[in-house]
Amino acid sequence: MSILVIAEHDNASLKADTLKTVAAASAIGGDIHVLVAGANCAAAAADAAKAAGVSKVLVADNAAYENQLAENVSLLITELAGDYGHILANASTTGKNFMPRVAALLDVAQISEIIAVESADTFVRPIYAGNAIATVQSLDATKVITVRATGFDAVETNGSAEVVALSNATDAGTSSFVGAELTVSERPDLGAASVVISGGRGMQNGENFHLLDGIADKLGAAIGASRAAVDAGFVANDMQVGQTGKIVAPDLYIAVGISGAIQHLAGMKDSKVIVAINKDAEAPIFQVADYGIVADLFDALPELESKL
Amino acid sequence: MLTGIYIKSVLNNNFKQVFDYCLQIDKIPNNKLNDFGKKLEVAMKVLVPIKRVIDYNVKVRVKPDNSNVDLTNVKMAINPFCEIAVEEAVRLKEAGIATEIVAVSIGDKSCQEQLRTALALGADRAIQIDTDQNLDSINVAKLLQKVVEEEQPQLVLLGKQAIDSDNNQTGQMLGALTGMPQGTFASIVKVEGDKVNVTREVDGGLQTVALNLPAIVTTDLRLNEPRYASLPNIMKAKRKPLAVKAAGDFGIDLSPRTTLIKVTPPAERQAGIIVESIDELVEKLKNEAKVI
Repeated sequence: MSILVIAEHDNASLKADTLKTVAAASAIGGDIHVLVAGANCAAAAADAAKAAGVSKVLVADNAAYENQLAENVSLLITELAGDYGHILANASTTGKNFMPRVAALLDVAQISEIIAVESADTFVRPIYAGNAIATVQSLDATKVITVRATGFDAVETNGSAEVVALSNATDAGTSSFVGAELTVSERPDLGAASVVISGGRGMQNGENFHLLDGIADKLGAAIGASRAAVDAGFVANDMQVGQTGKIVAPDLYIAVGISGAIQHLAGMKDSKVIVAINKDAEAPIFQVADYGIVADLFDALPELESKL
Repeated sequence: MLTGIYIKSVLNNNFKQVFDYCLQIDKIPNNKLNDFGKKLEVAMKVLVPIKRVIDYNVKVRVKPDNSNVDLTNVKMAINPFCEIAVEEAVRLKEAGIATEIVAVSIGDKSCQEQLRTALALGADRAIQIDTDQNLDSINVAKLLQKVVEEEQPQLVLLGKQAIDSDNNQTGQMLGALTGMPQGTFASIVKVEGDKVNVTREVDGGLQTVALNLPAIVTTDLRLNEPRYASLPNIMKAKRKPLAVKAAGDFGIDLSPRTTLIKVTPPAERQAGIIVESIDELVEKLKNEAKVI
Protein backbone atom coordinates (compact mmCIF):
# COMPACT_ATOMS: atom_id res chain seq x y z
CA MET A 1 0.00 0.00 0.00
CA SER A 2 1.07 3.59 -0.57
CA ILE A 3 2.10 6.05 2.12
CA LEU A 4 0.62 9.52 2.48
CA VAL A 5 2.81 12.21 4.06
CA ILE A 6 1.04 15.40 5.12
CA ALA A 7 3.26 18.36 4.27
CA GLU A 8 3.89 21.08 6.81
CA HIS A 9 4.12 24.49 5.22
CA ASP A 10 3.10 28.13 5.52
CA ASN A 11 1.60 28.14 1.99
CA ALA A 12 4.69 29.96 0.65
CA SER A 13 7.27 27.26 1.37
CA LEU A 14 7.66 23.75 2.71
CA LYS A 15 8.90 23.34 6.31
CA ALA A 16 12.20 21.46 6.34
CA ASP A 17 10.88 18.88 8.82
CA THR A 18 8.58 17.52 6.13
CA LEU A 19 11.70 16.11 4.46
CA LYS A 20 12.43 14.18 7.66
CA THR A 21 8.92 12.79 7.68
CA VAL A 22 9.44 11.67 4.07
CA ALA A 23 12.60 9.93 5.31
CA ALA A 24 10.50 8.04 7.87
CA ALA A 25 8.09 7.08 5.06
CA SER A 26 11.04 5.81 2.99
CA ALA A 27 12.11 3.67 5.95
CA ILE A 28 8.66 2.03 5.95
CA GLY A 29 8.92 1.43 2.19
CA GLY A 30 6.28 1.92 -0.51
CA ASP A 31 5.02 4.49 -2.97
CA ILE A 32 5.12 7.90 -1.22
CA HIS A 33 2.59 10.65 -1.90
CA VAL A 34 2.66 14.07 -0.22
CA LEU A 35 -0.49 16.07 0.50
CA VAL A 36 -0.18 19.85 0.52
CA ALA A 37 -3.38 21.32 1.95
CA GLY A 38 -3.48 25.11 2.01
CA ALA A 39 -4.55 28.21 0.16
CA ASN A 40 -2.43 29.65 -2.66
CA CYS A 41 0.08 26.97 -1.78
CA ALA A 42 1.54 26.23 -5.24
CA ALA A 43 5.02 27.26 -4.06
CA ALA A 44 4.91 24.85 -1.13
CA ALA A 45 3.68 22.11 -3.48
CA ALA A 46 6.59 22.81 -5.86
CA ASP A 47 8.99 22.41 -2.90
CA ALA A 48 7.36 19.12 -1.95
CA ALA A 49 7.71 17.80 -5.51
CA LYS A 50 11.50 18.05 -5.11
CA ALA A 51 11.64 15.72 -2.10
CA ALA A 52 13.54 12.56 -3.02
CA GLY A 53 11.46 9.40 -3.05
CA VAL A 54 8.11 11.13 -3.51
CA SER A 55 6.16 10.01 -6.57
CA LYS A 56 3.13 12.27 -6.37
CA VAL A 57 2.17 15.56 -4.71
CA LEU A 58 -1.53 16.09 -4.09
CA VAL A 59 -2.52 19.73 -3.76
CA ALA A 60 -5.75 20.76 -2.07
CA ASP A 61 -5.81 24.49 -2.64
CA ASN A 62 -8.81 25.98 -0.91
CA ALA A 63 -9.54 28.82 1.50
CA ALA A 64 -10.84 26.26 4.02
CA TYR A 65 -7.29 24.91 4.42
CA GLU A 66 -5.43 28.23 4.64
CA ASN A 67 -4.62 27.94 8.34
CA GLN A 68 -4.81 24.17 8.44
CA LEU A 69 -7.60 24.13 11.01
CA ALA A 70 -7.81 20.59 12.38
CA GLU A 71 -11.59 20.33 11.81
CA ASN A 72 -11.23 20.91 8.05
CA VAL A 73 -7.89 19.26 7.30
CA SER A 74 -8.81 16.07 9.19
CA LEU A 75 -11.93 15.63 7.03
CA LEU A 76 -9.86 16.08 3.85
CA ILE A 77 -7.24 13.54 4.92
CA THR A 78 -9.94 11.06 5.97
CA GLU A 79 -11.52 11.34 2.50
CA LEU A 80 -8.19 10.43 0.89
CA ALA A 81 -7.20 7.79 3.45
CA GLY A 82 -8.77 4.80 1.69
CA ASP A 83 -5.88 4.53 -0.73
CA TYR A 84 -3.16 4.47 1.89
CA GLY A 85 -1.76 2.01 4.42
CA HIS A 86 0.19 4.67 6.32
CA ILE A 87 -0.51 8.34 6.97
CA LEU A 88 2.39 10.34 8.39
CA ALA A 89 2.83 13.92 9.59
CA ASN A 90 5.41 15.87 11.57
CA ALA A 91 5.04 15.80 15.33
CA SER A 92 4.88 19.60 15.23
CA THR A 93 2.07 21.57 16.87
CA THR A 94 0.26 21.45 13.50
CA GLY A 95 0.60 17.69 13.02
CA LYS A 96 -0.20 16.95 16.66
CA ASN A 97 -3.33 19.03 16.25
CA PHE A 98 -5.00 17.34 13.27
CA MET A 99 -3.57 13.80 13.16
CA PRO A 100 -5.35 12.30 16.20
CA ARG A 101 -8.55 13.67 14.70
CA VAL A 102 -7.78 11.80 11.49
CA ALA A 103 -7.08 8.61 13.46
CA ALA A 104 -10.38 8.83 15.34
CA LEU A 105 -12.35 9.51 12.14
CA LEU A 106 -10.73 6.37 10.68
CA ASP A 107 -11.37 4.49 13.95
CA VAL A 108 -7.71 3.59 14.43
CA ALA A 109 -5.07 4.27 17.08
CA GLN A 110 -2.31 6.80 16.48
CA ILE A 111 1.37 6.13 17.10
CA SER A 112 2.81 9.46 18.30
CA GLU A 113 6.31 10.85 17.83
CA ILE A 114 8.13 7.85 16.41
CA ILE A 115 11.94 8.07 16.39
CA ALA A 116 12.60 4.87 14.41
CA VAL A 117 10.86 2.40 12.08
CA GLU A 118 11.35 -1.29 12.92
CA SER A 119 9.03 -2.61 10.23
CA ALA A 120 5.87 -1.56 8.38
CA ASP A 121 3.78 -2.03 11.53
CA THR A 122 6.31 -1.66 14.36
CA PHE A 123 7.73 1.65 15.54
CA VAL A 124 9.94 3.03 18.31
CA ARG A 125 8.88 6.01 20.43
CA PRO A 126 9.94 7.61 23.70
CA ILE A 127 7.58 7.58 26.71
CA TYR A 128 7.79 9.04 30.24
CA ALA A 129 9.60 12.20 29.09
CA GLY A 130 12.14 10.11 27.18
CA ASN A 131 13.08 8.03 30.23
CA ALA A 132 11.91 4.85 28.51
CA ILE A 133 11.85 3.80 24.87
CA ALA A 134 8.83 1.78 23.76
CA THR A 135 8.61 -0.50 20.74
CA VAL A 136 4.98 -0.56 19.63
CA GLN A 137 3.20 -2.66 17.05
CA SER A 138 0.07 -1.27 15.40
CA LEU A 139 -2.79 -3.74 14.90
CA ASP A 140 -4.86 -1.38 12.73
CA ALA A 141 -5.25 -1.57 8.96
CA THR A 142 -4.31 2.09 8.53
CA LYS A 143 -1.31 3.34 10.48
CA VAL A 144 -1.65 6.95 11.56
CA ILE A 145 1.74 8.19 12.73
CA THR A 146 3.44 11.40 13.81
CA VAL A 147 7.20 11.61 13.33
CA ARG A 148 9.69 13.27 15.67
CA ALA A 149 11.99 15.23 13.38
CA THR A 150 15.14 14.63 15.44
CA GLY A 151 14.85 10.87 14.80
CA PHE A 152 15.35 11.08 11.02
CA ASP A 153 17.70 12.77 8.55
CA ALA A 154 16.05 14.88 5.85
CA VAL A 155 15.83 13.36 2.35
CA GLU A 156 17.56 15.10 -0.56
CA THR A 157 15.67 17.65 -2.66
CA ASN A 158 16.59 16.29 -6.08
CA GLY A 159 13.25 14.63 -6.90
CA SER A 160 10.64 15.59 -9.46
CA ALA A 161 7.26 14.25 -8.42
CA GLU A 162 4.07 14.65 -10.40
CA VAL A 163 1.84 17.45 -8.99
CA VAL A 164 -1.89 16.68 -8.99
CA ALA A 165 -4.54 19.23 -8.05
CA LEU A 166 -7.42 17.99 -5.91
CA SER A 167 -10.84 19.59 -6.06
CA ASN A 168 -11.80 18.64 -2.50
CA ALA A 169 -13.16 21.43 -0.32
CA THR A 170 -14.36 20.50 3.12
CA ASP A 171 -15.27 23.14 5.64
CA ALA A 172 -16.66 21.76 8.88
CA GLY A 173 -17.87 25.27 9.69
CA THR A 174 -17.32 24.84 13.43
CA SER A 175 -14.11 26.83 13.85
CA SER A 176 -12.40 29.86 12.40
CA PHE A 177 -8.98 31.46 12.45
CA VAL A 178 -8.87 34.74 14.37
CA GLY A 179 -5.21 35.74 14.32
CA ALA A 180 -1.61 34.79 15.03
CA GLU A 181 1.31 36.36 16.84
CA LEU A 182 4.42 34.76 15.48
CA THR A 183 7.90 35.41 16.85
CA VAL A 184 10.10 37.01 14.23
CA SER A 185 13.77 36.04 14.44
CA GLU A 186 16.85 36.26 12.25
CA ARG A 187 18.31 33.21 13.94
CA PRO A 188 18.00 29.64 12.70
CA ASP A 189 14.87 27.70 13.61
CA LEU A 190 15.24 26.08 17.04
CA GLY A 191 14.35 22.61 15.78
CA ALA A 192 16.77 22.75 12.84
CA ALA A 193 19.77 24.61 14.32
CA SER A 194 23.07 22.75 14.61
CA VAL A 195 23.97 24.77 17.71
CA VAL A 196 21.52 25.77 20.44
CA ILE A 197 22.27 27.94 23.45
CA SER A 198 19.58 27.96 26.13
CA GLY A 199 19.05 30.00 29.26
CA GLY A 200 17.22 29.01 32.41
CA ARG A 201 16.09 30.55 35.66
CA GLY A 202 19.72 31.46 36.38
CA MET A 203 19.48 34.19 33.74
CA GLN A 204 17.46 36.12 36.34
CA ASN A 205 15.54 38.28 33.85
CA GLY A 206 14.66 38.74 30.19
CA GLU A 207 17.24 41.50 29.67
CA ASN A 208 20.06 39.13 30.55
CA PHE A 209 19.09 36.83 27.69
CA HIS A 210 20.90 39.36 25.50
CA LEU A 211 24.11 37.97 26.99
CA LEU A 212 23.42 34.93 24.79
CA ASP A 213 23.02 36.98 21.59
CA GLY A 214 26.71 37.55 20.87
CA ILE A 215 27.57 33.89 21.41
CA ALA A 216 24.60 32.78 19.29
CA ASP A 217 25.72 35.13 16.50
CA LYS A 218 29.26 33.81 16.54
CA LEU A 219 28.14 30.16 16.51
CA GLY A 220 25.14 30.60 14.20
CA ALA A 221 23.06 29.22 17.04
CA ALA A 222 19.39 29.32 17.92
CA ILE A 223 18.42 30.51 21.40
CA GLY A 224 16.27 28.28 23.60
CA ALA A 225 15.00 28.38 27.15
CA SER A 226 13.91 26.17 30.01
CA ARG A 227 10.33 26.15 31.24
CA ALA A 228 11.41 28.09 34.33
CA ALA A 229 12.67 30.93 32.13
CA VAL A 230 9.47 30.93 30.07
CA ASP A 231 7.18 30.76 33.11
CA ALA A 232 9.07 33.63 34.74
CA GLY A 233 8.29 35.65 31.60
CA PHE A 234 11.94 36.08 30.56
CA VAL A 235 11.25 34.89 26.99
CA ALA A 236 8.42 33.71 24.71
CA ASN A 237 7.03 30.21 25.16
CA ASP A 238 7.93 29.08 21.64
CA MET A 239 11.57 29.08 22.78
CA GLN A 240 10.92 26.36 25.36
CA VAL A 241 12.97 23.19 25.04
CA GLY A 242 11.61 20.14 26.84
CA GLN A 243 8.98 17.42 27.14
CA THR A 244 6.20 19.89 26.48
CA GLY A 245 8.14 22.35 24.35
CA LYS A 246 10.43 21.68 21.43
CA ILE A 247 12.58 18.58 21.09
CA VAL A 248 16.04 19.42 19.76
CA ALA A 249 19.10 17.34 18.96
CA PRO A 250 21.77 19.76 17.72
CA ASP A 251 25.49 19.04 17.39
CA LEU A 252 26.14 21.37 20.31
CA TYR A 253 23.76 22.33 23.12
CA ILE A 254 24.92 24.90 25.64
CA ALA A 255 22.79 25.02 28.80
CA VAL A 256 23.28 28.22 30.77
CA GLY A 257 21.81 28.57 34.25
CA ILE A 258 19.62 25.49 33.71
CA SER A 259 19.50 22.94 36.53
CA GLY A 260 18.48 20.02 34.29
CA ALA A 261 15.03 18.86 35.40
CA ILE A 262 13.67 15.61 33.87
CA GLN A 263 11.29 17.63 31.71
CA HIS A 264 14.06 19.79 30.23
CA LEU A 265 16.39 16.85 29.61
CA ALA A 266 13.57 15.19 27.64
CA GLY A 267 13.92 17.93 25.05
CA MET A 268 17.70 17.99 24.55
CA LYS A 269 19.47 14.89 25.80
CA ASP A 270 19.93 13.49 22.30
CA SER A 271 22.20 16.43 21.46
CA LYS A 272 25.62 15.30 20.26
CA VAL A 273 27.66 17.44 22.67
CA ILE A 274 26.19 19.09 25.76
CA VAL A 275 27.91 21.93 27.60
CA ALA A 276 26.67 23.13 30.98
CA ILE A 277 27.49 26.46 32.56
CA ASN A 278 26.14 26.56 36.11
CA LYS A 279 27.39 27.83 39.43
CA ASP A 280 25.82 24.92 41.32
CA ALA A 281 28.23 21.98 41.05
CA GLU A 282 25.41 19.65 42.21
CA ALA A 283 23.01 20.60 39.37
CA PRO A 284 21.69 17.47 37.58
CA ILE A 285 22.62 18.99 34.21
CA PHE A 286 26.26 18.06 34.92
CA GLN A 287 25.30 14.36 34.86
CA VAL A 288 24.48 14.57 31.15
CA ALA A 289 26.95 17.30 30.12
CA ASP A 290 30.03 16.33 28.13
CA TYR A 291 31.74 19.49 29.28
CA GLY A 292 30.76 21.38 32.37
CA ILE A 293 32.07 24.52 33.92
CA VAL A 294 31.15 25.54 37.45
CA ALA A 295 31.06 29.30 37.17
CA ASP A 296 28.82 32.34 37.50
CA LEU A 297 27.21 32.77 34.09
CA PHE A 298 27.58 36.55 34.32
CA ASP A 299 31.36 36.08 34.29
CA ALA A 300 31.46 33.08 31.99
CA LEU A 301 29.23 34.34 29.14
CA PRO A 302 31.15 37.55 28.28
CA GLU A 303 34.42 35.63 28.48
CA LEU A 304 33.10 32.85 26.25
CA GLU A 305 31.83 35.40 23.71
CA SER A 306 35.23 37.14 23.58
CA LYS A 307 37.11 33.88 23.09
CA LEU A 308 35.07 32.40 20.27
CA MET B 1 -44.26 29.43 27.00
CA LEU B 2 -41.01 31.08 27.89
CA THR B 3 -40.70 29.15 31.14
CA GLY B 4 -41.56 25.93 29.35
CA ILE B 5 -38.83 26.42 26.80
CA TYR B 6 -36.38 27.39 29.51
CA ILE B 7 -37.07 24.23 31.51
CA LYS B 8 -36.83 22.10 28.39
CA SER B 9 -33.54 23.73 27.52
CA VAL B 10 -32.17 23.05 30.98
CA LEU B 11 -33.28 19.44 30.80
CA ASN B 12 -31.79 18.88 27.38
CA ASN B 13 -28.87 21.26 27.66
CA ASN B 14 -29.62 22.27 24.10
CA PHE B 15 -29.50 26.01 24.70
CA LYS B 16 -28.39 27.20 21.32
CA GLN B 17 -31.18 25.48 19.46
CA VAL B 18 -33.87 26.57 21.89
CA PHE B 19 -32.57 30.12 21.96
CA ASP B 20 -32.63 30.32 18.17
CA TYR B 21 -36.18 29.01 18.26
CA CYS B 22 -37.13 31.70 20.76
CA LEU B 23 -35.68 34.39 18.56
CA GLN B 24 -38.24 33.41 15.95
CA ILE B 25 -41.09 34.04 18.34
CA ASP B 26 -41.60 37.73 17.81
CA LYS B 27 -44.21 38.02 20.54
CA ILE B 28 -41.63 37.87 23.30
CA PRO B 29 -40.79 41.43 24.33
CA ASN B 30 -37.22 42.39 23.65
CA ASN B 31 -36.33 43.06 27.26
CA LYS B 32 -37.53 39.59 28.29
CA LEU B 33 -35.62 38.00 25.46
CA ASN B 34 -32.44 39.69 26.63
CA ASP B 35 -32.89 38.37 30.16
CA PHE B 36 -33.58 34.97 28.71
CA GLY B 37 -30.46 35.16 26.55
CA LYS B 38 -28.34 35.93 29.59
CA LYS B 39 -29.79 33.02 31.48
CA LEU B 40 -28.94 30.70 28.61
CA GLU B 41 -25.42 32.04 28.44
CA VAL B 42 -24.63 31.34 32.07
CA ALA B 43 -25.90 27.76 32.13
CA MET B 44 -22.78 25.93 31.08
CA LYS B 45 -21.64 22.48 32.10
CA VAL B 46 -17.93 21.70 31.88
CA LEU B 47 -16.60 18.15 31.66
CA VAL B 48 -13.00 17.59 32.78
CA PRO B 49 -11.44 14.19 32.04
CA ILE B 50 -8.40 13.55 34.25
CA LYS B 51 -5.72 10.87 34.40
CA ARG B 52 -3.81 9.25 37.25
CA VAL B 53 -0.13 9.09 36.32
CA ILE B 54 3.28 8.71 37.92
CA ASP B 55 4.31 11.86 39.81
CA TYR B 56 6.25 14.15 37.49
CA ASN B 57 9.27 14.29 39.81
CA VAL B 58 9.79 10.53 39.83
CA LYS B 59 12.48 9.09 37.59
CA VAL B 60 10.97 5.93 36.13
CA ARG B 61 12.75 2.59 36.01
CA VAL B 62 12.29 0.06 33.26
CA LYS B 63 11.48 -3.47 34.47
CA PRO B 64 14.40 -5.92 34.11
CA ASP B 65 12.35 -8.08 31.69
CA ASN B 66 11.76 -5.01 29.45
CA SER B 67 7.99 -5.59 29.54
CA ASN B 68 7.17 -2.05 30.74
CA VAL B 69 8.20 0.56 33.28
CA ASP B 70 8.01 -0.43 36.94
CA LEU B 71 5.12 1.33 38.68
CA THR B 72 5.04 -0.71 41.91
CA ASN B 73 5.33 1.51 44.99
CA VAL B 74 5.80 4.61 42.87
CA LYS B 75 4.19 7.91 43.87
CA MET B 76 1.16 8.64 41.68
CA ALA B 77 -0.60 11.96 41.11
CA ILE B 78 -3.07 13.78 38.89
CA ASN B 79 -1.46 14.48 35.50
CA PRO B 80 -0.13 18.09 35.63
CA PHE B 81 -1.97 19.10 32.44
CA CYS B 82 -5.25 17.69 33.83
CA GLU B 83 -4.75 19.73 36.98
CA ILE B 84 -4.55 22.84 34.80
CA ALA B 85 -7.80 21.77 33.10
CA VAL B 86 -9.55 21.43 36.48
CA GLU B 87 -8.23 24.85 37.55
CA GLU B 88 -9.50 26.46 34.35
CA ALA B 89 -12.95 24.93 34.84
CA VAL B 90 -13.04 26.19 38.43
CA ARG B 91 -12.03 29.68 37.28
CA LEU B 92 -14.82 29.63 34.67
CA LYS B 93 -17.24 28.76 37.44
CA GLU B 94 -15.91 31.49 39.70
CA ALA B 95 -16.34 33.94 36.82
CA GLY B 96 -20.02 32.97 36.62
CA ILE B 97 -19.64 31.32 33.21
CA ALA B 98 -19.62 27.63 34.13
CA THR B 99 -22.45 26.31 36.28
CA GLU B 100 -21.36 22.74 36.90
CA ILE B 101 -18.03 20.92 36.71
CA VAL B 102 -18.00 17.17 36.22
CA ALA B 103 -14.66 15.35 36.55
CA VAL B 104 -14.27 11.95 34.94
CA SER B 105 -11.44 9.43 35.08
CA ILE B 106 -10.97 6.02 33.50
CA GLY B 107 -9.11 3.38 35.46
CA ASP B 108 -9.27 1.07 38.44
CA LYS B 109 -10.45 2.09 41.91
CA SER B 110 -7.17 3.89 42.63
CA CYS B 111 -8.03 6.75 40.25
CA GLN B 112 -10.81 7.76 42.68
CA GLU B 113 -7.99 9.39 44.67
CA GLN B 114 -7.35 11.79 41.76
CA LEU B 115 -11.08 12.37 41.29
CA ARG B 116 -11.30 13.35 44.99
CA THR B 117 -8.43 15.76 44.35
CA ALA B 118 -10.41 17.30 41.49
CA LEU B 119 -13.46 17.56 43.77
CA ALA B 120 -11.33 19.23 46.45
CA LEU B 121 -10.11 21.72 43.85
CA GLY B 122 -13.70 22.68 43.00
CA ALA B 123 -15.34 20.07 40.73
CA ASP B 124 -18.98 19.44 41.70
CA ARG B 125 -19.18 15.71 41.06
CA ALA B 126 -17.13 12.89 39.64
CA ILE B 127 -17.51 9.80 37.50
CA GLN B 128 -15.11 6.86 37.58
CA ILE B 129 -15.25 4.56 34.58
CA ASP B 130 -13.98 1.36 36.10
CA THR B 131 -11.52 -0.79 34.17
CA ASP B 132 -8.17 -2.39 34.88
CA GLN B 133 -7.32 -2.50 31.19
CA ASN B 134 -4.58 -0.27 29.83
CA LEU B 135 -6.48 1.53 27.06
CA ASP B 136 -5.28 3.08 23.81
CA SER B 137 -6.27 6.75 23.43
CA ILE B 138 -8.88 5.86 20.79
CA ASN B 139 -10.71 3.66 23.29
CA VAL B 140 -10.41 6.32 26.01
CA ALA B 141 -11.91 8.82 23.55
CA LYS B 142 -14.78 6.42 22.77
CA LEU B 143 -15.65 6.02 26.45
CA LEU B 144 -15.49 9.80 26.89
CA GLN B 145 -17.76 10.20 23.86
CA LYS B 146 -20.41 8.20 25.74
CA VAL B 147 -19.98 10.42 28.79
CA VAL B 148 -20.34 13.49 26.56
CA GLU B 149 -23.55 12.05 25.08
CA GLU B 150 -24.91 11.47 28.57
CA GLU B 151 -23.81 14.71 30.20
CA GLN B 152 -24.10 17.08 27.20
CA PRO B 153 -21.38 19.49 28.39
CA GLN B 154 -20.85 22.80 26.59
CA LEU B 155 -17.13 22.59 27.11
CA VAL B 156 -14.77 19.65 27.57
CA LEU B 157 -11.43 20.64 29.11
CA LEU B 158 -8.58 18.12 28.91
CA GLY B 159 -4.83 18.24 29.41
CA LYS B 160 -2.86 18.39 26.16
CA GLN B 161 -0.95 15.22 27.01
CA ALA B 162 -0.39 12.71 29.78
CA ILE B 163 3.19 12.73 31.05
CA ASP B 164 3.39 8.92 31.03
CA SER B 165 2.38 7.91 27.49
CA ASP B 166 3.22 11.36 26.02
CA ASN B 167 0.62 10.70 23.31
CA ASN B 168 -1.15 14.06 22.97
CA GLN B 169 -4.20 12.45 21.28
CA THR B 170 -7.28 12.09 23.48
CA GLY B 171 -8.76 15.60 23.21
CA GLN B 172 -8.40 15.68 19.44
CA MET B 173 -9.91 12.18 19.10
CA LEU B 174 -12.85 13.13 21.29
CA GLY B 175 -13.32 16.17 19.03
CA ALA B 176 -13.52 13.95 15.98
CA LEU B 177 -15.94 11.45 17.59
CA THR B 178 -18.32 14.12 18.91
CA GLY B 179 -17.94 16.42 15.90
CA MET B 180 -16.93 19.24 18.24
CA PRO B 181 -14.28 21.76 17.21
CA GLN B 182 -11.03 21.77 19.16
CA GLY B 183 -8.71 24.36 20.67
CA THR B 184 -5.56 22.42 21.51
CA PHE B 185 -2.54 23.62 23.54
CA ALA B 186 -4.54 26.51 25.00
CA SER B 187 -2.89 29.33 26.90
CA ILE B 188 -5.95 31.62 26.98
CA VAL B 189 -9.63 30.53 26.98
CA LYS B 190 -12.39 33.14 26.61
CA VAL B 191 -16.05 32.15 26.45
CA GLU B 192 -18.04 34.74 24.52
CA GLY B 193 -21.71 33.99 23.91
CA ASP B 194 -22.03 30.77 21.93
CA LYS B 195 -18.35 30.73 21.00
CA VAL B 196 -15.08 30.17 22.78
CA ASN B 197 -11.91 31.96 21.71
CA VAL B 198 -8.80 29.91 22.33
CA THR B 199 -5.26 31.22 22.08
CA ARG B 200 -3.01 28.29 21.23
CA GLU B 201 0.70 27.76 21.72
CA VAL B 202 2.04 26.85 18.28
CA ASP B 203 5.60 26.32 17.06
CA GLY B 204 6.14 29.85 15.79
CA GLY B 205 4.34 31.70 18.59
CA LEU B 206 0.63 32.04 19.35
CA GLN B 207 -2.50 31.47 17.29
CA THR B 208 -6.10 32.33 18.18
CA VAL B 209 -9.10 30.37 16.91
CA ALA B 210 -12.82 30.86 17.49
CA LEU B 211 -14.82 27.69 18.15
CA ASN B 212 -18.56 27.13 18.16
CA LEU B 213 -19.80 25.67 21.45
CA PRO B 214 -19.91 22.89 22.44
CA ALA B 215 -16.15 22.60 22.04
CA ILE B 216 -13.04 20.75 23.21
CA VAL B 217 -10.12 22.60 24.76
CA THR B 218 -6.79 20.99 25.71
CA THR B 219 -4.58 22.86 28.15
CA ASP B 220 -0.97 23.94 27.86
CA LEU B 221 1.19 24.66 30.88
CA ARG B 222 0.83 28.40 30.67
CA LEU B 223 -2.97 28.47 30.81
CA ASN B 224 -2.97 28.98 34.59
CA GLU B 225 -1.32 28.11 37.85
CA PRO B 226 -3.37 25.46 39.67
CA ARG B 227 -4.32 26.19 43.28
CA TYR B 228 -3.70 23.91 46.22
CA ALA B 229 -6.67 22.17 47.80
CA SER B 230 -7.34 23.48 51.31
CA LEU B 231 -7.99 21.04 54.15
CA PRO B 232 -11.67 22.07 54.54
CA ASN B 233 -12.16 21.56 50.81
CA ILE B 234 -10.49 18.16 50.97
CA MET B 235 -12.92 17.23 53.77
CA LYS B 236 -15.89 18.57 51.77
CA ALA B 237 -14.77 16.64 48.69
CA LYS B 238 -15.31 13.38 50.57
CA ARG B 239 -19.04 14.06 50.60
CA LYS B 240 -19.36 15.12 46.97
CA PRO B 241 -20.99 12.55 44.63
CA LEU B 242 -18.72 10.06 42.85
CA ALA B 243 -20.47 7.66 40.49
CA VAL B 244 -18.79 4.43 39.39
CA LYS B 245 -19.65 2.88 36.02
CA ALA B 246 -18.13 -0.26 34.55
CA ALA B 247 -16.32 0.37 31.26
CA GLY B 248 -17.89 -2.82 29.90
CA ASP B 249 -21.42 -1.40 30.31
CA PHE B 250 -20.96 1.20 27.57
CA GLY B 251 -21.13 -1.43 24.84
CA ILE B 252 -17.90 -0.34 23.16
CA ASP B 253 -15.31 -2.69 21.70
CA LEU B 254 -12.29 -1.85 23.86
CA SER B 255 -9.91 -4.42 22.40
CA PRO B 256 -6.34 -3.12 22.11
CA ARG B 257 -5.20 -1.51 18.84
CA THR B 258 -1.51 -1.66 19.66
CA THR B 259 0.83 -4.19 21.23
CA LEU B 260 3.64 -3.03 23.47
CA ILE B 261 6.49 -5.23 22.33
CA LYS B 262 9.19 -4.01 24.68
CA VAL B 263 10.31 -1.08 26.79
CA THR B 264 14.00 -0.33 27.17
CA PRO B 265 15.96 2.32 29.03
CA PRO B 266 17.27 5.10 26.79
CA ALA B 267 20.94 5.08 25.83
CA GLU B 268 22.99 6.35 28.79
CA ARG B 269 25.19 9.33 28.11
CA GLN B 270 28.86 8.96 28.97
CA ALA B 271 29.87 10.96 32.04
CA GLY B 272 31.53 14.19 30.97
CA ILE B 273 34.30 16.27 32.43
CA ILE B 274 34.39 19.50 34.39
CA VAL B 275 36.69 22.06 32.80
CA GLU B 276 38.44 24.69 34.86
CA SER B 277 38.32 27.67 32.52
CA ILE B 278 36.56 29.12 29.49
CA ASP B 279 39.84 28.78 27.56
CA GLU B 280 39.87 25.07 28.25
CA LEU B 281 36.18 24.79 27.26
CA VAL B 282 36.71 26.54 23.93
CA GLU B 283 39.82 24.44 23.24
CA LYS B 284 37.91 21.19 23.96
CA LEU B 285 34.95 22.19 21.78
CA LYS B 286 37.27 23.08 18.91
CA ASN B 287 39.78 20.25 19.04
CA GLU B 288 38.22 17.38 20.98
CA ALA B 289 34.50 17.55 20.16
CA LYS B 290 35.05 19.50 16.92
CA VAL B 291 31.64 21.16 17.13
CA ILE B 292 32.73 24.79 16.72
